[in-house]
Amino acid sequence: MTDSDIRKVVEEELNNIAPEADLASVDPEADLREAIDIDSMDFLNFITAIHHRLGINIPELDYPKLITLKGADAYIAAHLGSGKA
Amino acid sequence: MEWDRIRKRPDAGAGANLADYDAYAKTFSWEQARALLDGLPGGGLNIASEAVERHVKAGRGDKLALRWIGRDDRIRDFTYATLDAAVNRFANALAQRGIAKGDRIFSLLGRVPELYFAALGTLKNGSVFSPLFSAFGPEPIKARMSIGDARALITTEAFYRRKIEPWRKELAGLKYVFLIECSASLPPDTIDLAAAMAQASDSFETVRTVPEDMALLHFTSGTTGKPKGAVHVHEAVVAHNITGKLVLDLHADDIFWCTADPGWITGTSYGIISPLANGATMIVDQAEFDAERWYRILHDQKVTIWYTAPTAIRMLMKAGADVAKRFDLSNLRLMASVGEPLNPEAVIWGVEAFGKPFHDNWWQTETGGIMISNFLAMDVKPGSMGRPLPGITAGIVEHREGSEVREMTKPMVMGELALRPGWPSMMRAYLNEEARYKKSFVGGWYLTGDLAMRDSDGYYWFVGRADDVIKSSGHLIGPFEVESALMEHKAVAEAGVIGIPEPTAGEVVKAYVALKDGFEPSEALRKELLGHARQRLGPAVAPKDIAFRQNLPKTRSGKIMRRLLKARELGLPEGDISTLESEER
Repeated sequence: MTDSDIRKVVEEELNNIAPEADLASVDPEADLREAIDIDSMDFLNFITAIHHRLGINIPELDYPKLITLKGADAYIAAHLGSGKA
Repeated sequence: MEWDRIRKRPDAGAGANLADYDAYAKTFSWEQARALLDGLPGGGLNIASEAVERHVKAGRGDKLALRWIGRDDRIRDFTYATLDAAVNRFANALAQRGIAKGDRIFSLLGRVPELYFAALGTLKNGSVFSPLFSAFGPEPIKARMSIGDARALITTEAFYRRKIEPWRKELAGLKYVFLIECSASLPPDTIDLAAAMAQASDSFETVRTVPEDMALLHFTSGTTGKPKGAVHVHEAVVAHNITGKLVLDLHADDIFWCTADPGWITGTSYGIISPLANGATMIVDQAEFDAERWYRILHDQKVTIWYTAPTAIRMLMKAGADVAKRFDLSNLRLMASVGEPLNPEAVIWGVEAFGKPFHDNWWQTETGGIMISNFLAMDVKPGSMGRPLPGITAGIVEHREGSEVREMTKPMVMGELALRPGWPSMMRAYLNEEARYKKSFVGGWYLTGDLAMRDSDGYYWFVGRADDVIKSSGHLIGPFEVESALMEHKAVAEAGVIGIPEPTAGEVVKAYVALKDGFEPSEALRKELLGHARQRLGPAVAPKDIAFRQNLPKTRSGKIMRRLLKARELGLPEGDISTLESEER
């Protein structure tokens, strides 16, 4: 997957959770919980969705690394193909 | 399955405020609890004065009252004296504008220091404090501020622009909006709180309030109708103070961390008032849940008493006990949990990860303080909420619509959990809703709406809700509020909202929607409705899932049978469906 493919997956999954969010205007380094008004359950659902869609195992302690768009992109890029669930 | 009782060692009560439950409960009186407070000079009682000022007057002003940890790990410390000064500045900022005793002051803030100044400064000014959860969307905010007749609001500029400014003019009584985190260009008709506080004096004479004066307005949800504003009075501090001693075993040398947000009552009663009234040091973390961060705070801050919630405990469990074991948490001597029943596995996991169990307890917005609890010096039965606080009489009652209630004393019989009214932090009203308030009291009992059982040792066991209210991450959500927001969408003909069991949050909100003629179910429309609800209600209240139906099951009078939707969703028996008139399709 290219970087832009990864961002597309991230945006699609966030859009499933918060369809009202304008992701194009989100600062890639902003905390998503504030930037698009998602709560901790939404964030958990996002992590689960990424896990199911891409087969990446994301241990609990790594969750905070995916709290920004930039962080999520980087985490996925680094872990793609590194372990099927 | 049956879980083994966690036996406490005979010395568990050594030094504890409640060393022997039975002996203490026998001699307890609320008069003794009142005598633990100072009162105002010349008579009267004020929560803020008991929480902060009395410690300063008694020469304890240099003691650390509040350690605030920013999202970026920045620390701001407030001693009782410096907290009192900030509280006074806030109170003066209100008083200078003619905001007076009885006026309702709302906050819509994350866990920032200003929230604590506002809560205590409002009370010191004799005004009424009503905190709102910052994850509410515009509609829950507007509904609550309208019911509460808000005179002033404290919020951030970003929240204001997004959630309040569009409809502010509709609230004629809202005269003052104080903002923090301000940009260079302040929105019209708002006040920069930092500037207002800087200009105000740091001394303030507490407005004389008496025990029955209104102090706090906390909103909660019922099955039907608008949110209910539970009114609490200054006398509630008697219960905040003593329950902090008995349940949380607060001593003045404790470092106490309540993880609840003051937007909900736990975060006010036990995240502000109780630890301060007891002269302890409290920790406030601005950031959201993060397993590693939480362990680090417990360790770095040498937290001795920790009051948290089942959702968080279950998330820590998922991260694993070995993470907890990486940290030296030897200062931690008591862990308590509230918000929804803590499953026995989680109670036991506490022993595995921390060497001690979580102590579950039970109360609700209406009770103002902890009512039933497991105690440090009493055996814990995993899955039980524990035993009634000294001074509290609980019972299991049978309550049939339109008839009297009957107490059921046989062990392990299910009924509605009820309490004998009369404790200091009992709500005094649902604001402007006398009929709804009166309905809560039948035959000399306050009816809690929770179903429970009591065993032969006097421990209470939660069974479920007696109504359709949804409990998600420990917060009550009224289905009607969610349904109303969905009904505002042009495609929606009817909506039914229920709670679906979910392992982390307890329940999550799910909506069933039937569409008007001319609209067809589609993924695009489902997302549009989801977005519509989220924009109006905010993530804490909006449904996490929406399903389409052609028709929702209804009674003859047209009431949507949420219970039936839920039974079918979960594959449970449908129960009595004799009132079903219009079938689900």
